[in-house]
Amino acid sequence: MKTCLVVDDSSVIRKVARRILEGLDFKIEEAEDGEQALDACKRQLPEGILLDWNMPKMDGFEFLRMLRRLPGGDGPKVVFCTTENDVAHIARALHAGANEYIMKPFDKEIVEAKFQEVGLL
Amino acid sequence: MTPQDFDYLRKLLRERSGLVLSAEKQYLAESRLVPVARRHSIATLADLVGTLKTAENSRLATDVIEAMATNETFFFRDKLPFDHFRDTVLPALIAARAREKRIRIWCAAASTGQEPYSLAMTLRSMSAQLAGYRTEIVATDISTEVLARAKTGIYSQFEVQRGLPIQQLVKFFSQVGETWQIAPEIRAMVQFRPLNLLKDFSVLGTFDMVFCRNVLIYFDQDTKINVLNRIARQMAEDGFLALGAAETVVGLTDAFKPMADRRGLYVPNPAKRARAEPSNVLKFALKA
Repeated sequence: MKTCLVVDDSSVIRKVARRILEGLDFKIEEAEDGEQALDACKRQLPEGILLDWNMPKMDGFEFLRMLRRLPGGDGPKVVFCTTENDVAHIARALHAGANEYIMKPFDKEIVEAKFQEVGLL
Repeated sequence: MTPQDFDYLRKLLRERSGLVLSAEKQYLAESRLVPVARRHSIATLADLVGTLKTAENSRLATDVIEAMATNETFFFRDKLPFDHFRDTVLPALIAARAREKRIRIWCAAASTGQEPYSLAMTLRSMSAQLAGYRTEIVATDISTEVLARAKTGIYSQFEVQRGLPIQQLVKFFSQVGETWQIAPEIRAMVQFRPLNLLKDFSVLGTFDMVFCRNVLIYFDQDTKINVLNRIARQMAEDGFLALGAAETVVGLTDAFKPMADRRGLYVPNPAKRARAEPSNVLKFALKA
């Protein structure tokens, strides 16, 4: 079973994402911000990361930059999942090493399509 | 809607568009036709059927057929056919058309445009290999309403997230308020035309690649055979046909044969290339 780290400061979004991803056969870990997510990745790198942009302590963009510098940090497929829905944010995320990008609101079909696109399904 | 009215509608749809509406789909007809009745200021579905009976070739009949057609589609739907197009079809055609340098593609059920635009983006991504080649994408659909939408190239955020890789979104789309519009140079690569597959389509000319996906499933056996045989007549002998995941030529016609290891992709069968009898085509055209 593949693991996916869901990083979002909203417990509601984490719950929705968990339900969708568990339905796609993922084992889920959760983090409320970039710092928690980075700690989780230092302990064990997941195969996939569903990542919010705006979060307290460390935002998604900063987390991604730090993740990619970790040993093996280029391994996890990172899919941004955010309300930042403009081209500039998307381009910035891709430049920083994101593999895909989901614009909120999202549903199961979109998550499934994006995870297929990056080879997680 | 009375069973008699529903039977009349089923017969009309089958004769005019080839669509087979099964007996248990009455709820679907009712849900889709109420807005049509409202648009035409008709009070009830019984009145709608009554009006249809007096004018089967009216705008109302066209609107009924368009409302009943299924337009479900998304960018790079099923992925595999587009991988075949990029990795198998285009390299073969680039080599085979080295002299005439012209490649013609037909999307036979283009709906709101995601399929032809996906092909156009694929062609644009291979522009180095296609340098000097003239490529043409003809996209047809029975519904003028969906074609009008397709031509705008405007899609909701939900639509661009289904199947379209984010890199392609950034590269080929621009934001227009809450929506996304595909680039003018991609839109210019596709010609949209209304077309009923039951009618004669020989005027479209010969194609090197035909996408006829997820439309045959709505036809009865005879119509599937007729359409496939007439598509075969519009194809280059070394062309390719892509069908939907739930469709096949097997058991229907030997005008095509499946390509080994390329699921959903078919090639003309030169030994047994079917030539639909002109009288057969005419029969369908007249019925339509």
